[in-house]
Amino acid sequence: MSARYDAIVVGGGHNGLVAAAYLARAGRKTLVLERRPVLGGAAVTEEVFPGFKFSVFSYVVSLLRPEIIRDLELPRHGLQILPLESTVTPLDNGDYLASWADPDETRRELCRHSPRDADAAVVFGRLMHHMAMAVKPILGMVPPDPASLSPSDLAGLLKLGRHFRSLGPERFHALHKLMTMSSADYLDEWFEFDPLKATKSASGIIGTFLGPRSPGSAYVLLHHYMGEIDGAFRAWGFHKGGTGAISEAIARAARAHGAETRTGAAVERVLVRNGRATGVALASGEEIGASIVVSGLDPRLTFTRLVDPKDLPEALVDGVRRYKFRGSSGKVNLALAGLPDFTCLPGAGPHLRGAVSISPSLEYLERAYDDAKYGEFSRHPYMDIVLPSMIDPEMAPPGKHVMSVFVQYAPYHLNGGWTPTRREAFGDAVVKTLARYAPNIESLILHRQVLTPDDIERITGLSEGNIFQGELALQQLFFLRPVPEWAKYRTPIHGYWQCGAGTHPGGGIMGASGRLAALQILRSAA
Amino acid sequence: MLKTSPFHPRTAALVRAQTWRRWAGYQMASSYDPLPDREYAAIRSAAALLDVSPLYKYRITGRDAMRLLDRMVTRDMTKLKVGQVYYTPWCDGAGKVIDDGTVSRLGETTYRLTSADSSLRWLHMNAAGMEVAIEDLSERLGALSLQGPLSRAILSRLSAADLSALKYFRLLETTVRDIPVGISRTGYTGDLGYEIWVDASRAVALWDALIDAGTPFGITPAGVWALDIARVEAGLIMMDVDYFSAHHALIEQRKSSPFEINLGWAVAPSKGPFNGRRALAAERARGPRWSFVGLEIEWDSFERLYRAHGLPPQISNVAWRSSVPVYLGGRQVGYATSGCWSPLLKKPLALAHVQAPHFGAGTPLEIEVTVEHHRERAHAVVRKLPFFDPERKKA
Ligand SMILES: Cc1cc2nc3c(=O)[nH]c(=O)nc-3n(C[C@H](O)[C@H](O)[C@H](O)COP(=O)(O)OP(=O)(O)OC[C@H]3O[C@@H](n4cnc5c(N)ncnc54)[C@H](O)[C@@H]3O)c2cc1C
Repeated sequence: MSARYDAIVVGGGHNGLVAAAYLARAGRKTLVLERRPVLGGAAVTEEVFPGFKFSVFSYVVSLLRPEIIRDLELPRHGLQILPLESTVTPLDNGDYLASWADPDETRRELCRHSPRDADAAVVFGRLMHHMAMAVKPILGMVPPDPASLSPSDLAGLLKLGRHFRSLGPERFHALHKLMTMSSADYLDEWFEFDPLKATKSASGIIGTFLGPRSPGSAYVLLHHYMGEIDGAFRAWGFHKGGTGAISEAIARAARAHGAETRTGAAVERVLVRNGRATGVALASGEEIGASIVVSGLDPRLTFTRLVDPKDLPEALVDGVRRYKFRGSSGKVNLALAGLPDFTCLPGAGPHLRGAVSISPSLEYLERAYDDAKYGEFSRHPYMDIVLPSMIDPEMAPPGKHVMSVFVQYAPYHLNGGWTPTRREAFGDAVVKTLARYAPNIESLILHRQVLTPDDIERITGLSEGNIFQGELALQQLFFLRPVPEWAKYRTPIHGYWQCGAGTHPGGGIMGASGRLAALQILRSAA
Repeated sequence: MLKTSPFHPRTAALVRAQTWRRWAGYQMASSYDPLPDREYAAIRSAAALLDVSPLYKYRITGRDAMRLLDRMVTRDMTKLKVGQVYYTPWCDGAGKVIDDGTVSRLGETTYRLTSADSSLRWLHMNAAGMEVAIEDLSERLGALSLQGPLSRAILSRLSAADLSALKYFRLLETTVRDIPVGISRTGYTGDLGYEIWVDASRAVALWDALIDAGTPFGITPAGVWALDIARVEAGLIMMDVDYFSAHHALIEQRKSSPFEINLGWAVAPSKGPFNGRRALAAERARGPRWSFVGLEIEWDSFERLYRAHGLPPQISNVAWRSSVPVYLGGRQVGYATSGCWSPLLKKPLALAHVQAPHFGAGTPLEIEVTVEHHRERAHAVVRKLPFFDPERKKA
């Protein structure tokens, strides 16, 4: 077997594709191997039911790094982001809470519930904007190791120190609070209207086994604020054709630079000789040589499945073993014959073009978490609902709709384990809860796809179904992601690298891990 | 009081933030939502419905109809077939552009001209001694522009005509439900799209039919703000924004030849006598002194200007229309007249007049950007227009 490629990327998730595109762009002969028949990992579009296309897993975009969009000329390859303008939270008293595209309309709406909060929201928004500016440089940086004395680490730390000092005390303190507090406590400092706090805190629990009152959830909140579509922080959008079309655009950019992509090609293991990666062996038995192998899989698969843990230092293996996944999210995709009719806002209004958040109170969310804490799925879960076909009619046959329901909590470690019956019971709980707010929903359902964390793991490979390739918890972020000393995309095996969301800066359709890994690989070879 | 379009009874109810503007003496919507993002998105992703009734429209009939138009415009009207549309500028005797618009050949001796400005006097002046009838249809004819990738699917549901056979810049007469309409495959967005011409008395019925059939396809009423972004991406010029009509310019320097506004392709090199022929032939031989090009503003340098003030780049949801200096090595070599952040291409774009010889594609220039009350310069690169040219436009 000879080295037929300069680089093989294992896993065609969007991070793997980004890494491949940057490597190919730098002239490396690159091959992407994806196990599934489609590229994209958790960012895929599939026609689950004839005529109905779903962003099966991830469904909205914001975090995708603008430098990647520019470097890879993604608009030329099909990137097209459509506006997601509003969030409506139906309340238990039949009213609703909304945030609209227009700041004045949002303000007036908030005033209806709490004039004080309407004022606070403006100041809060500005602070979050500053926080997003504060973390932005970190997203574009290979994490320096504070325990290291190497010149590059020291230079990185110095840069970071200067950056934090330049924030000034007010912002630095806010950042510190966000890093340590619970989202509920943090929002308590700002707002009084409970459904507002609940809806905002929901961003702090997504993909995490935490409740809104658990410390650390405020960081996850911030993570969802730092996207910057079109220079505007915190803007979320749909992708034309679903999130799979983002992966497709990245794949097209990679191929335009000469990379090859192969689907239906599961990698069984990475070939290692004398502490060096030499290529991969596929499940089919085929072996392909390469001088660099990059894993886009999560840390568990990267370090304990693709290679033999015996080839790795004990501390690393131990760290990976203790790295927390604990998937807590499920997804229900519905093909609908028509539009849901929400009791709080009857008919087909503009609210159906945005998100509908089932987060009527902090207590509601915390109770949803309580179920999960004790090994059950939430009987009344938090849900983030969108109807992509409203703004992208080609996702469904004319007049029909696709509804994407992101659900929490659905614990990976369910009491008694997930079975087909339990999955459907979970689906029923989701639909029943939804029907409390939109009674006609059940009569509209043409097809229902229910995905538990167990399904997410089985289909995408994401361990324990964690949507971020591992929790966004402070102890596994930045220079600790995935484990101390191995946060710079390297592994102890020469020529074997990691580029998935399990590395800094973490999950979401962001591409930052893939980019930073590729730049690091190219730097090390230069 | 400004005039209102025949679709006003429907559009007025939709202008949520009272964002009206003037357009050729009409009161028209800048946008229906307070911000145009969704209306713009519809143009590129589904279908947008735009009221373009303020266009001036003339019917020209008679034995000499073709002769009149051929004498007036720069393209060769002897080549225009029945059922075909030409986009063309027209010039004064010195070869300076007066206006631009479309000429449709509706029948052997029947034509329709659209223009941005009133053209009645100019038509009559050019028709001296000819056997033609010129009819101003401006107020009698309503016009809707249905633009976007799903526009064909919507129209196909409403009309028995075979729209898949209607090629780019062709037109046909048909009915929509029972309303007689003309449909031309034209528009001002650089996308797949159609313009629909209807008698003003049936305008509201046409609007209702389109909304009804279009709703399952995401049809979205859109205003001028959305259109303005699309037309910058498509590199389409606008009279009295990107160039001055020779009839409006107060000084010579304000006038432009077709070659200077990227319409050289529309000047037929060999055709019979027409207004400006000699001047234009001379200019063709000499090469133009100015060109109208796309400028792509480089993000990194743009962002740096803002960063220096601790700000993220400020991006507007609305296109700008003002004169902005363009530099090369500290010397002004041109000026931009329109621009926008392209939500699709994810770049700040501008349309600019640039002096010879600095207008070749790829030329690095600088454009003025006002950041925090300071006049700064960002790097910009000359690009061939259009910035965005999807296959579906002509497919
Ligand atoms: C239900 C759900 C909803 C989400 N919603 C959002 C959202 O709305 N917005 C957002 O920004 N983020 C969202 N996320 C998170 C985001 O999608 C992920 O964090 C991100 O896509 C991870 O990308 P990745 O490339 O790092 O890894 P992955 O997408 O996990 O890619 C890994 C790839 O490797 C492949 N693979 C695995 N094993 C092998 C093997 N042995 N050989 C070859 N290939 C292999 C997998 O099939 C997969 O394609 C969501 C995630 C989920 C699961």
